[in-house]
Amino acid sequence: MTTTRTRMTTRTPTTTGDPGSAGTPATAGPRTARALRGPGGLSLRIDVRACVVVAALLAAALTAGVVLIGTGDFPIPASEVLRTLVGRGDHGQEFIVRELRLPRVLVGLLVGACLGLGGALFQSVSRNPLGSPDVLGLSQGATAGALTVIVLFSGSAGAVTLGALAGGLVTGLAIHLLAWKRGVHGYRLVLVGIGVSAVVTAVNGYIITKADFVDAARAVVWMTGSLNGRDWTQVWPLLALFAVLLPLVLANARGLRMLEMGDDLSRALGVRVERVRLLMTAAAVLLTSAATAAAGPVAFVALTAPQLARRLTLPRCLNGAGGAPMPGPNLVPSLCMGAALLVTADWASQRAFGADQLPVGVVTGVLGGIHLLWLLVTERRAGRI
Amino acid sequence: MLVDSPPEERAAALAAPPGRGGTRAAGLVLSTAVLVLVALASIAIGAKELSLAQVWHGLFQDSGTYGDVVVGERLSRTVLGLLAGAALGLSGAVLQALTRNPLAEPGILGINAGASAAVVTAITYFGVTSLSGYVWFAFLGAAAVGALVWFLGGSRGATPVRLALVGTAISAALYGYLQAVMIMDDAALGRMRFWTVGSLASATQGTVAQVLPFLGAGTVLALLLARPLNAVAMGDDTARALGADLNRTRALAMLAATVLSGAATAACGPIAFVGLMVPHVVRSFTGPDLRWILPYATVLSPVLLLGADVVGRIVARPAELQVGVVTAVLGGPVFILLVRRRRTTRL
Repeated sequence: MTTTRTRMTTRTPTTTGDPGSAGTPATAGPRTARALRGPGGLSLRIDVRACVVVAALLAAALTAGVVLIGTGDFPIPASEVLRTLVGRGDHGQEFIVRELRLPRVLVGLLVGACLGLGGALFQSVSRNPLGSPDVLGLSQGATAGALTVIVLFSGSAGAVTLGALAGGLVTGLAIHLLAWKRGVHGYRLVLVGIGVSAVVTAVNGYIITKADFVDAARAVVWMTGSLNGRDWTQVWPLLALFAVLLPLVLANARGLRMLEMGDDLSRALGVRVERVRLLMTAAAVLLTSAATAAAGPVAFVALTAPQLARRLTLPRCLNGAGGAPMPGPNLVPSLCMGAALLVTADWASQRAFGADQLPVGVVTGVLGGIHLLWLLVTERRAGRI
Repeated sequence: MLVDSPPEERAAALAAPPGRGGTRAAGLVLSTAVLVLVALASIAIGAKELSLAQVWHGLFQDSGTYGDVVVGERLSRTVLGLLAGAALGLSGAVLQALTRNPLAEPGILGINAGASAAVVTAITYFGVTSLSGYVWFAFLGAAAVGALVWFLGGSRGATPVRLALVGTAISAALYGYLQAVMIMDDAALGRMRFWTVGSLASATQGTVAQVLPFLGAGTVLALLLARPLNAVAMGDDTARALGADLNRTRALAMLAATVLSGAATAACGPIAFVGLMVPHVVRSFTGPDLRWILPYATVLSPVLLLGADVVGRIVARPAELQVGVVTAVLGGPVFILLVRRRRTTRL
């Protein structure tokens, strides 16, 4: 623990958030932050590069969504999809697009966004690039809730969703309480999460052995994460939760960024450390559980999206150099990256294996696994894990 | 045992005070007695209730009655539990000494997951069906993940957090792969869902005979490494000054841990936390000397594994709770307790 603390503090001069505006002019690349000055002394700092990245990712996510709507047993060209979406398509296409494929794509976008944002929050709170909900046991907790409903009660899709939500929330609460010891520290949160995750994984395996074969097959598909057969009933709750949590998270993003400089320093700067951390953890748990409830534990999106987003928003010369800075939490880019990744992965799984053959979780699992290995190698070299 | 405690203190701790050796030897005898008792319980207790006379009959006057068959099956299950338990405990103790990390354990480090993924690959894609065939795949998987975790975790500069994170991340990726295989192949799902939990239930005399040579060799190698590993525990500089061959010790220790956990995983599926719990319990009364820790771990780990297996048979009668589930439910809290203890962040 002491070593973590000292490392954090010695790194402080380079960690002060935004590379463009802060110190270190010798290594800083092009100035990417601009200040807009308005009348009466009002000013707004804008990170141009981050804005461009967000716009590009958003466009990519929406384009992938349109392409995904057009993909399937009944292919529809993108122009027709757009015409149908604005309400000028023919009847048959209208049904396919509006009732069957649009909700699936919306669930994909929302789940990806929730996972990206939740992952960014977790990685920031645990101060570790690997501190994602997959590793910390949240996904497994939500899975345990869903499996209980599937196997023990043979519940409906709605009940499975509720079960997953409950499982994720209980696990999140348990991890937080178990890691609590005069405050929650990043490393303890990670290790307790790993312990909880191992226990819950074993319990999940046990539940699957209790199932009859049909339930077991359904459970394994659910456990991999799939967007098949998602409809409007999954879209609305997710959208509502997202609409409530996003402003809340963004309003506290400043505190979170300060927190990355270390507890003592942020306390001195006036951040209410435990409050911000609790709030952010709670938001991340809610986002992840809701996403898992809607689509199952889609692997590695929460781990990968914030990493990729960070690589895009940071200038190259600051990226991965020895003792490179940990940038701020990067929330909005991670969110857009998550949405784009998930929808693209779903499209890829449909194109590669045929419609509804393999769930999207297989694609994210394989690609995410490769990315993880690469991440482990590079992060190790930079001494950041 | 803490790395940052002064060397004199540690040297003093290693040189056992007079009389303590006798106590520890007596403790070892006592532990062996407990092991015999647990082994007997494992033969006597199960879904089918047998009287002691029937158990006796089955053990020593086997004439092929129903009771005798039951006893015969429980006997191979108990022997496998003994072997696998000792293997897991020893590999945990060796890994903890090797990495100087209190949280090192084949389950947490992902070595079991590596062996599982390799076994599933062997069964599904290479059509290997016999244990003696896929045990080699298990070694390969275990060794690959072991080396990967060691390298990625930062070799000697590894902190507990880093090693555990790398291991868990690799396990997560490998479990994703296992799930994909199970989705695509219904037959694999049928067999694998029981195996991936970790269970002794499928043990036969054949299984025992097939893994016995590997587990035996691994156990002997691990026990022989006690002295050199003691030197490694002193820190690199001191060890070198004492004339220890660090690289050879590390390589042999890794080999022993891989063979032990790989063979145990091939035979029973991935079983977590046995290798974590037992060495910690043992260390609390033997002190840091591996020449005592390793024999104790060899005797007490099967006590835990067989005990967990017996508990699993009792609590869910007439069905069974797989031993992997019981050890995880027992071991998770121990792990969290270790994490919460302030001084265990470094060994």
